[in-house]
Amino acid sequence: MAAQAHNAERLPIRAQEDVVLIRQTVRDFAKQLGMSLVDQTKIVTAASEIARNTLIYGGGGWVRIEVLESNPRRGVRLIFEDQGPGIPDIERALQDGFTTGNGLGLGLGGARRLSNEFEIVSRPGEGTRITLIRWKL
Amino acid sequence: MNSTEASKLPEILRQYEAEILSEWLQHQLSSMKLRSSLIREADLREQSRKFLAHFGHAIRSGDDIGSSSWAEVRELLADLSRTRARQGFTPSETAAFIFSLKKPLFTRLREACGNDIESLAVEIWALTELVDTLGLLTAEAHQRSREDVIARQQQELMELSTPVVKLWDNILALPLIGTLDSERTQVVMENLLQQIVQTGAAIAIIDITGVPTVDTLVAQHLMKTVSAAGLMGADCIISGVRPQIAQTIVHLGVELGSVATKATLADAFRLALRRLGATISRTDPAR
Ligand SMILES: Nc1ncnc2c1ncn2[C@@H]1O[C@H](COP(=O)(O)OP(=O)(O)O)[C@@H](O)[C@H]1O
Ligand SMILES: [Mg+2]
Repeated sequence: MAAQAHNAERLPIRAQEDVVLIRQTVRDFAKQLGMSLVDQTKIVTAASEIARNTLIYGGGGWVRIEVLESNPRRGVRLIFEDQGPGIPDIERALQDGFTTGNGLGLGLGGARRLSNEFEIVSRPGEGTRITLIRWKL
Repeated sequence: MNSTEASKLPEILRQYEAEILSEWLQHQLSSMKLRSSLIREADLREQSRKFLAHFGHAIRSGDDIGSSSWAEVRELLADLSRTRARQGFTPSETAAFIFSLKKPLFTRLREACGNDIESLAVEIWALTELVDTLGLLTAEAHQRSREDVIARQQQELMELSTPVVKLWDNILALPLIGTLDSERTQVVMENLLQQIVQTGAAIAIIDITGVPTVDTLVAQHLMKTVSAAGLMGADCIISGVRPQIAQTIVHLGVELGSVATKATLADAFRLALRRLGATISRTDPAR
């Protein structure tokens, strides 16, 4: 069954302040859907992780935030895109504790655990696209 | 006389410098009536005199505004804009310094050109362009200074908004509010460590009730703060860990180590007292 997107917003990720705005916007979307506080917190936290990765490792990019209707379910879908160096070994990047920076190495794996659906598409030298969905349960 | 001839402005400025200065000052003072509290008349006179001297010099050079002959004029304007921005002048009040010079100069040009309307038009056009460019420079410098002022105020606010409170003998609390980005966390951490050293506190409660999102970066900052406090001899308790935050932290896979966490500041305070061997007991109010 085809999922339909409504009520979408596209935001740039160029600086730390943008990450703050993205968190706020994702929270607004989740609230509007009537998600529980726990679900709101999960999708907002996942968004924060991936937005910061996009900024730090992807050299900046964009996020598309949208409400998804897939009868009878509704959810929030986030699509992050950058034109950075890409992730050479996605499995490895997803491993807890793996970082090429100064982080805890828990962002990618954590965001996957906080989402219902999670997909990484990345080509070295071309960039990265990460899609996550959290359904309203 | 024809209009392609050299401008009369350099000569006018040389000959009538004193008159132009006093008319210009009149204009400025009357347009600034309401703001006279912000600036002393003597200062304004000195600024204007200096500007006019440099301005005349630059005009006589015949060079372009961007050239080194205009360096002193540009610097003086930047200085003035900075000062006025700090004193609370608006951008238009700041630019009025330059724009109010038009009238006295136009008057002199009109006198000098007499019936030669064509030269007058050319002169006025050239002067307008020049003054407008200087006005823009002023507005830009004003804008930059305001941004500096705002950035400084934000910095101060940041320090103010993370007060370390002494709850009890040997117990400090650090209520965090808002976004914990790296820059702010640095300030917060230094504040806390300094207070621990100054007070010799044994327990520090870090309250994150006011932090909306705890992601891996925030967790990392918290853990760094906890271990630095430990090195200074203080044990930390993290409070304000609401159920949804606790769940999310678990999903992220973050381990906060041996640090105690509590849902509320009150719970954390009770734990802290117990650790120090103190208790709070309720006595029945005699009503
Ligand atoms: N958008 C991206 N572009 C390139 N590399 C990325 C991107 N996102 C993540 N990575 C890589 O994946 C690693 C793991 O990311 P993450 O789990 O968030 O941990 P951390 O941010 O602490 O390094 C990063 O260190 C980085 O090498
Ligand atoms: Mg990360």
